[in-house]
Amino acid sequence: MRRLPCGIYNETYAQDMAVIRTKAQWALTVISLLVALALPLIIPVSSLQVVNKIGIYILSGIGLNILAGCAGQISMAHAAFMAIGAYCSAILNNAGVPFVLSILCGGFFAGGIGIIVGFPSLRIKGFYLILATMAAQFIIIHIIEHWTWMTGGMTGLSLGRPTLFGVHFGSDQAYYVVILVFLLAGTAFAQNLMRTRTGRAFIAVRDNDIAAEVMGISISRYKLLAFFLGCFYAGVGGALLAHWMGAITTTLFNINLSIWFLAYILIGGMGSSVGPFLGVPILVLLSELLTSLTSGLMMSFPWLLNVILPLHDLIYGIAIVLFLIFEPRGLAHRWEIFKISYRLWPFSY
Amino acid sequence: MILFFQLVISGIAVGGVYALVGLGLVLIYKSTGVLNIAQGAIVMLMAFITHSFSVQLGLPFWLAVGLSLLVAMGLGLIIERICLRPMVGQPLFSTIMMTIGLMLIFQAIPVMIWGTTMRVYPKYLPQAPYHIGGVLISPDYLWPFVICLCLFLCFLIYFRYSRSGIVMRAVADDQMAAQSMGVNISRVSTLAWGFSCIVAAIGGVVLATITSVGVFLSPIGLKAWPAVIIGGMDSIGGALVGGIIVGVLEGLSGGYLERVFMGIKDVAPFFVLLIILLIKPYGLFGLKRIERI
Repeated sequence: MRRLPCGIYNETYAQDMAVIRTKAQWALTVISLLVALALPLIIPVSSLQVVNKIGIYILSGIGLNILAGCAGQISMAHAAFMAIGAYCSAILNNAGVPFVLSILCGGFFAGGIGIIVGFPSLRIKGFYLILATMAAQFIIIHIIEHWTWMTGGMTGLSLGRPTLFGVHFGSDQAYYVVILVFLLAGTAFAQNLMRTRTGRAFIAVRDNDIAAEVMGISISRYKLLAFFLGCFYAGVGGALLAHWMGAITTTLFNINLSIWFLAYILIGGMGSSVGPFLGVPILVLLSELLTSLTSGLMMSFPWLLNVILPLHDLIYGIAIVLFLIFEPRGLAHRWEIFKISYRLWPFSY
Repeated sequence: MILFFQLVISGIAVGGVYALVGLGLVLIYKSTGVLNIAQGAIVMLMAFITHSFSVQLGLPFWLAVGLSLLVAMGLGLIIERICLRPMVGQPLFSTIMMTIGLMLIFQAIPVMIWGTTMRVYPKYLPQAPYHIGGVLISPDYLWPFVICLCLFLCFLIYFRYSRSGIVMRAVADDQMAAQSMGVNISRVSTLAWGFSCIVAAIGGVVLATITSVGVFLSPIGLKAWPAVIIGGMDSIGGALVGGIIVGVLEGLSGGYLERVFMGIKDVAPFFVLLIILLIKPYGLFGLKRIERI
């Protein structure tokens, strides 16, 4: 249910349907868009790298949020689908397909493979599905690694600089704009998807698939559709990553990244549309901070290498454990609580 | 043909270890419904601790193992009390995420304390290999497998006949019903984590006997997953059968297919896992739950 601020009532259907309802929401949207557009001018180029990474991961995370958070099909193969998108897009781009088109093709190809991987979900769910998708992760990466003439095997592929209509998007600032466009389109689509019949069918399938089937929802169709959409986002994210990095190997997309994606949307808040926007930045920033901390410590104390090197994982793990003990429902839950208290402000009960 | 039997036998022995690691997973899943991703990391940690007791403190090997079993029990109790107790009643995936966090911590700690160099246990088993019809069986493979079998037998008997075993099964079947019959759920969960860590410790010692002690032990724990799923998440015997299937598959594909498909050894169990899940969605021996609305 949408909670409107105190004293605002919907009087027409158009008002009821609006995504952005109040003037304050409009102002916030415009301001945040302006900030997002001006970001490459404000912050230094070195930080923009992290921002680009966060943007790509958010886009990919939205896909996993649709798949796992809304449709309830938890997938441990998200990184593998990013790899499919990345490799497909890289191969097409090297063959002369324009850069944006190759990214979309990567997304569609990943989505197609996603439907195949989604087939077990018609019969199994819960832990068995998690493990089946984990198997898919290993198998996909294995195939990419050993299909040498196509994918370059262990050495990976290198890509040319992304070009569109004769304009190079090689620099971090220029590529930021590309990521922003894809991210906005992806967010708008996901936000609207949840208001359609399809989105509500996803939620019904997640909450109780047998009941959903009794109500006349074709669960096989919607589960496969969820896999297609989730993997499409992953493929586009992976393709964006590939064009940004300029060279890809399978080590970028290992099982750990799949686990991290689940962590991102879980810490953000599963099934909530703001989830990826809260979870990804916090965890990626924490990780970057710890990386720079450990590399700084390594410079000063090179003889303590064994103690410093795992410090990153240790602190990261402790952060996740502590976070879950105190807020198991994710940051989006906090955000909802804040909004509820805010909507009656300053005249609370 | 000798090669075939050799591969099968070493596969069964390695499979026994997978089954043992898998047993730890099944114990926790059966009684608390939690999927413990950290199991492989705990296996590694306990292998290191046993190595410390036996080599660095110079204790006799069996005493070292006994001590590390105690440590494992304590570790299980602490994990359950601090990390898993607050997660009761929270969404299922949050608890899985918790074990992922634990996995990170337990993978980092051994590197910090013991570093990344490989270590070996002192030889505590007879060294002469056994010959059976031309097939060579190393004692390093035979005795661990016997230990695995004994452990499985113990747990099967425990769950079938002992009071607390039956209580654990009741909780696994229906937490709310068990609680309304006066079962103390949190105690059952504590017990399950304690047992699971003990099994992980034994698994770690056995695994490190076959290979050696090092940070690579934790990813080997991942192999227990296909084993458990093939056997069925809630079946103890299934874990044993699944473990042996995975071990033999790995051995055979490594021996015969490796020349054609590089690296097939590591993904072969996952291929079989997918096929088995498509035919039998709840594993070979898993309980099929009938769902009602």
